[in-house]
Amino acid sequence: MSLLAIDDLRVSYGEIEALRGVSLSVEAGEVVTILGANGAGKTTLMRAVSGLLGKRGGQIAFDGQDITRAGADRIVRLGVTQAPEGRRVFGTLSVLENLRLGGFTRPGAEVRASIEQAYEMFPRLRERSAQLAGTLSGGEQQMLAIARALVGRPKLLLLDEPSLGLAPIIVQAIFRSLRQIADSGVTILLVEQNARSALKLADRGYVLEVGRIVLDGRADTLLASPEVQAAYLGKGHAPG
Amino acid sequence: MGTFVQQVFNGLTVGGIYALIALGYTMVYGVMRLINFAHGDLCILGAFIGLTLLSGAAGSGHPGVALLLLAFVLAIAVVAAAGVLLEFVAYRPLRRADRLAAVVSALGASVLIENGIMIVWGPNVHVFPSGLLPETVWHVAGAAITFVQVLIILASVVLMAALYVFVHHTKFGTAIRAAAIDQDTARLMGINVNRVIVTVFVVGPALGAIGGLFVGVYYREAYFTMGWVYGLYAFIAAILGGIGNIPGAMLGGVLLGLFNAFAAGYISSSWQDAITFALLIGILLVRPTGLLGERVAEKV
Repeated sequence: MSLLAIDDLRVSYGEIEALRGVSLSVEAGEVVTILGANGAGKTTLMRAVSGLLGKRGGQIAFDGQDITRAGADRIVRLGVTQAPEGRRVFGTLSVLENLRLGGFTRPGAEVRASIEQAYEMFPRLRERSAQLAGTLSGGEQQMLAIARALVGRPKLLLLDEPSLGLAPIIVQAIFRSLRQIADSGVTILLVEQNARSALKLADRGYVLEVGRIVLDGRADTLLASPEVQAAYLGKGHAPG
Repeated sequence: MGTFVQQVFNGLTVGGIYALIALGYTMVYGVMRLINFAHGDLCILGAFIGLTLLSGAAGSGHPGVALLLLAFVLAIAVVAAAGVLLEFVAYRPLRRADRLAAVVSALGASVLIENGIMIVWGPNVHVFPSGLLPETVWHVAGAAITFVQVLIILASVVLMAALYVFVHHTKFGTAIRAAAIDQDTARLMGINVNRVIVTVFVVGPALGAIGGLFVGVYYREAYFTMGWVYGLYAFIAAILGGIGNIPGAMLGGVLLGLFNAFAAGYISSSWQDAITFALLIGILLVRPTGLLGERVAEKV
C-alpha cells in the first residue's frame, strides 16, 4: 500500500480547472518529484494534499486513511508537513518561534529534540535563533521553512519549489540537505522547476502539464528521456 | 502640580479602560482583518449585566467587593459567550465573502446588540448603586485619587500583562500570532485556525466586558448607546497604537486617556474631544499606520 495515493484528483478555482484528474502514488521511503512549467498545477496539487483547497473530485489517501476532505490540521497530525512555495516563514516571529510552530502538533520534549536536530543540519539557524525570520536571507528562510516542516516529524514531507529564487550555490546546499533528509528515512514529495537537481535526488518522477500527468517513470529514465530533456533540461532542441 | 498629578491619574484610569476595550478590536482585526463594530456594544452589555446583579444585590448585606467580583465573573461569561455567538452567526458565514459584507454585518450586529440592550433595560440612564467599594481617597501632591481609580489602573495593568504573556510566551499565543500573519501557513503547522478565531472572540470580549463594567463603576452610569461612545474611543486607541498590534492597543489606550484628561484639565472639558481628535489626526499624519503598527496598508 502506498504511503500517499492520489486518484483522479480534480481541483478548480471557480470555472478554471487547475487539476484535471491527477493520479499518482508515493511509496514509503521514496523521493518523488513532480516536474512542470509555471501554471501546470504543481502548487495546487501540494495545497490540495495539505488540505488547504477543496476538491471537486477524486480521492487522496495517506497511510491508508482517506484524507480527501480532512482539515489541514488533521493532515499535519497524520504526518504530512509542507515547506510551501515562497517559503512563507512567519516574518515577524523569531527563528526559534517559527521552528516551535513547526512542532505545534507534537509534544514539547520531542519538539526540543527536533529543533536541536534541525540546528545540527542548518547551523546558521542556531546562530540566528533569536532573530526575526523576516530578516534572514532567502536561502536562510528556505532552510528555516524546511527545518520548520521537519520539526513536525513528518512521515511525508512536501516541498514546493525549495530552490525558487536562490543562488546556484545555495540551491546546491539545499539539495545536499534534502539528500540527508531523504537518507534519514523521510519520504519526500518534491515539486521543482530545477528539473536536473530534482531528478538527481529523486527515485521517481511525474511530469505535470496543464493539470494532467503526461509522463512518469524512474528518475534516471526521465533524466534521459528526450521529452524531458527538451522541455525541462534545456537540451536537445531540434536544429532549425 | 496638583492638577498635573490629578490628570495623570484620571488619564491612566480612563486609558486603562480604553486599552482593555481596544484589545478586542485589535485582536480580531489582527487575525481576521475585520473591524468588529459590535465590540463596543458587547462591552457595554457587560456593564448592564454587572449593573443588574449589583442593583439586585445592593443592600443585601453581602460585602461590596465580593459582589463586584461576582458581577465581573458573570459579565465576562455572558459577554464572551455573546462574542463567540456573534462570530458564529455574523462573521463565520461571510469569511470567504467580500470584505464589505463583513463590515455591514458588523454594523448590523452593533445595532442589534444596542437595541437589544434598550429593549431589555430600557432607554433610560441607569445609575450604578453606591457604597459597593470603599470610598477611600488618597491625597497625593495635591491630587485626590480614589479607590476605584487605583483598582481600575491596577486591574488593567495586571490584565494587559497577563494577555501579553499569553500571546507572546505560550504555545497557543504563538499560534494566534502566526494565524494573524498568514492563516494558510498557520494551517500547514497544524494550527486549527477556527479555534484561534474562537479564542480571539472569547478573550477580546472578556477583556472588553471588564472594560465596560469599569466604565459603569467609574462613571456610575450605564445607558444603551454607551457602546458607541466608548467603542469609538477604544477603536481610535487601537488605530492610534497601530491596529492589529496588541502592545499598540495598550499604548494607544493609555495615551488617548492621558490626552483626554490633560485636554479636560488644562484647557476645557467641553473642548476635550476636539483637542484629543486634533492630536490624533496629527499623529496619524506623521505615522499613518499608528505608533506601533507596520502592516496596516498591505491588507486593507
